[in-house]
Amino acid sequence: MNAPTYNFAYLDEQTKRMIRRAILKAIAIPGYQVPFASREMPMPYGWGTGGVQVTAAILGPVDKLKVIDQGSDDTTNAISIRKFFEKTAGVAVTTSTGEATVIQTRHRIPEATLQAHQVLVYQVPIPEPLRFLEPRETETRRMHALGEYGLIHVKLYEDIARFGHIATAYAYPVKVNARYVMDPSPTPKFDNPKMNNSAALQLFGAGREKRIYAIPPYTSVVSLDFEDHPFEPYKHKACCALCNAEDSYLDEIVTDNKGSRMFVCSDTDYCETRQSDGHRGSENAAPYAESANA
Amino acid sequence: MIPMIDIRNAEKTFVMHLQDGIRLPVVRNVSFHVAPGECVVLSGPSGAGKSSILKMIFGNYRCDGGTIGVRHNGDVVDIATAEPREILGVRRDTIGYVSQFLRAVPRVAAIDVVAEPLLAAGVTREEARARAGALLKRLNIPERLWKLPPSTFSGGEQQRVNIARGFISDLPILLLDEPTASLDAANRAVVVELVAEKKRAGVAMVAIVHDDEVRHLIADRLVDVASFAAAAA
Amino acid sequence: MLDVTANSTAPGAGAGAAASDEPLLVAANLGKSYGRLAACRDVSFELYSGEVLAIVGESGSGKSTLLQILSGQLTPNTGSVSYRMRDGVTRDLATMDEAERRFLFRTDWGFVHQDPAMGLRMAVSAGANVGERLMAVGHNHYGKIRDTATSWLERVEISPERIDDAPRTYSGGMRQRLQIARNLVTEPRLVFMDEPTGGLDVSVQARLLDMMRTLVSELGLSAIVVTHDLAVARLLSHRVMVMQGGRVIETGLTDQVLDDPREPYTQLLVSSILPA
Repeated sequence: MNAPTYNFAYLDEQTKRMIRRAILKAIAIPGYQVPFASREMPMPYGWGTGGVQVTAAILGPVDKLKVIDQGSDDTTNAISIRKFFEKTAGVAVTTSTGEATVIQTRHRIPEATLQAHQVLVYQVPIPEPLRFLEPRETETRRMHALGEYGLIHVKLYEDIARFGHIATAYAYPVKVNARYVMDPSPTPKFDNPKMNNSAALQLFGAGREKRIYAIPPYTSVVSLDFEDHPFEPYKHKACCALCNAEDSYLDEIVTDNKGSRMFVCSDTDYCETRQSDGHRGSENAAPYAESANA
Repeated sequence: MIPMIDIRNAEKTFVMHLQDGIRLPVVRNVSFHVAPGECVVLSGPSGAGKSSILKMIFGNYRCDGGTIGVRHNGDVVDIATAEPREILGVRRDTIGYVSQFLRAVPRVAAIDVVAEPLLAAGVTREEARARAGALLKRLNIPERLWKLPPSTFSGGEQQRVNIARGFISDLPILLLDEPTASLDAANRAVVVELVAEKKRAGVAMVAIVHDDEVRHLIADRLVDVASFAAAAA
Repeated sequence: MLDVTANSTAPGAGAGAAASDEPLLVAANLGKSYGRLAACRDVSFELYSGEVLAIVGESGSGKSTLLQILSGQLTPNTGSVSYRMRDGVTRDLATMDEAERRFLFRTDWGFVHQDPAMGLRMAVSAGANVGERLMAVGHNHYGKIRDTATSWLERVEISPERIDDAPRTYSGGMRQRLQIARNLVTEPRLVFMDEPTGGLDVSVQARLLDMMRTLVSELGLSAIVVTHDLAVARLLSHRVMVMQGGRVIETGLTDQVLDDPREPYTQLLVSSILPA
């Protein structure tokens, strides 16, 4: 049900065209940050305005939208964006990774392998992987243009010098299509291997920084590292307390004031699907089990 | 015998632009030559231009006229017209200079100050240090001072370090500007010995020496600079 | 002037230029103007391998502009700068594309800024500051990069224990030495220095100059040093170019120009030094 005062998916057609042109250019040059005329959206910067604009530009009436925030379908940010498109585009929404055609995400990649008909839209706070080392935009652009990426290794060097290993746990820099170094947005480095050679199209939108970039399907995405300190995806050494999954990215949840904690899948859809398939975690770790005992 | 140094009609005038462009003629028609193994001593009153002539041969002062021919690696280089690079090459391979005062490089140990010309000539650090030590010992610089920068030394000690630095390398030409000025009798004798050794090695030397006794001992020939100064005035 | 000559010994007598027939860098008729103001004009010289050239003159004489042109950071209005590359081919900087120029700048060249904060990454550790140039040319082994950085810190007299500290915790003299190590790690053949001892205490300057002098002669570096301090020129350089109003007014062996200055302006510069 499209509210009569809004154009389809909120943005006007000219704006969507402009964004689509930026997206096409981004797909043509994998990993390259394309500037675009980011619009004011009816939500604050930092709430996914970049991802929302990309989603608005690619959404069609037949699409099925899923929105996740840190893997979860039911946090405030995810719910409000989902409702925003329900109201302004009238598209169908879902929490199922498999059913969705467009998935907008903040800081996670779903556990289920994405398919060729799906598009993953990332919300990006700071698109420039070199930014914290080189503050000048003119200089970082030149570095990208000339492929001068010594600086990104400086950051990894600093990690090893300080912590003994590459401690960067999220927003771990990658090289796309053996050319551009790219910030994968603040996803955990656990997710980095999923970006490589993915069947789905991956789009990145940074609203405040006014940049769009993309990884086309089946494109190589390599996490940077040193010969003697190779890239390693990281996850907590535990399995999910609810569905017993061993292969998913886990959130740590503190359950009381005494330091008790439990680990559960960050991807709620993945966890719920497993539970409905009959997988169960260790009961005493589950908070609902505790309340049931009380 | 082919001379090592052959100076013809060299002249030098200072123009003092800060004093209304006043011209100070120093020397004119300077002509003499020095053969290998010969020590020529420049004589004349102070202010006659003896040091200026030494500095002109070394390329430190520019020459306003005439030629200063120096045998360098088998060729003759005219210092009066040579490019800076050529003069640097001449200084590296051909001409050594012992001045009255040491311009000490801060922080460098005396032994390394002395060894430096050998290092520049490609001698290993150990050998250069060993030879520098031997020379300092001969010039009566106590070993405890070798590791200290010479800027902390007395005037006489500094001069001996400077002499050691000048005599250490095997260059075919040496210019000596009052090498014994502030030395005691014992050290003067060492310098006289060093000069004699250089002569035997075929080194051509031009010296300025005020001490009559030393001059008598080292000079093969005197060149009176007063006539050059008079010509310039 | 006579006071200065009386003190003269044989500077540079040992540190000769390594012989090579082809010049390393050739500047021909360089000129740069900003509107009607000519920052430098008609500058021509050749720099040979192993030679250290000092460019002296007061503020506004055009020496810093010239250094920027020579190092390819500023395009001259007239003239050209040619450089003999590592493969022996002499190339005009203007015909090189930006990628080649920048590659040259961080491999075969070094640039030491007066303010170390301009040449260092102040928030990044000393080790990474030194290692950056290696990583930029594809070194990809942490342990080896760190070992190289450690040995360079030792060479510039910084304790290896400080390798993980950021230069903002360093003193001014240490920062400048770190900047030098950062530049020399790729074994450049030519180093540009812009007032390398400016802004340092006199005692710190002496130590730095001595260290630079040693490094330059040990590594056989060529260098172009811009300075207003004639003592720096005397200690470091073989040759001097005196600039005034954008022109080179006098040039020659360093001790020759300083002990026997010819031009009125050079005589003024030399006579302006306070006796030590």
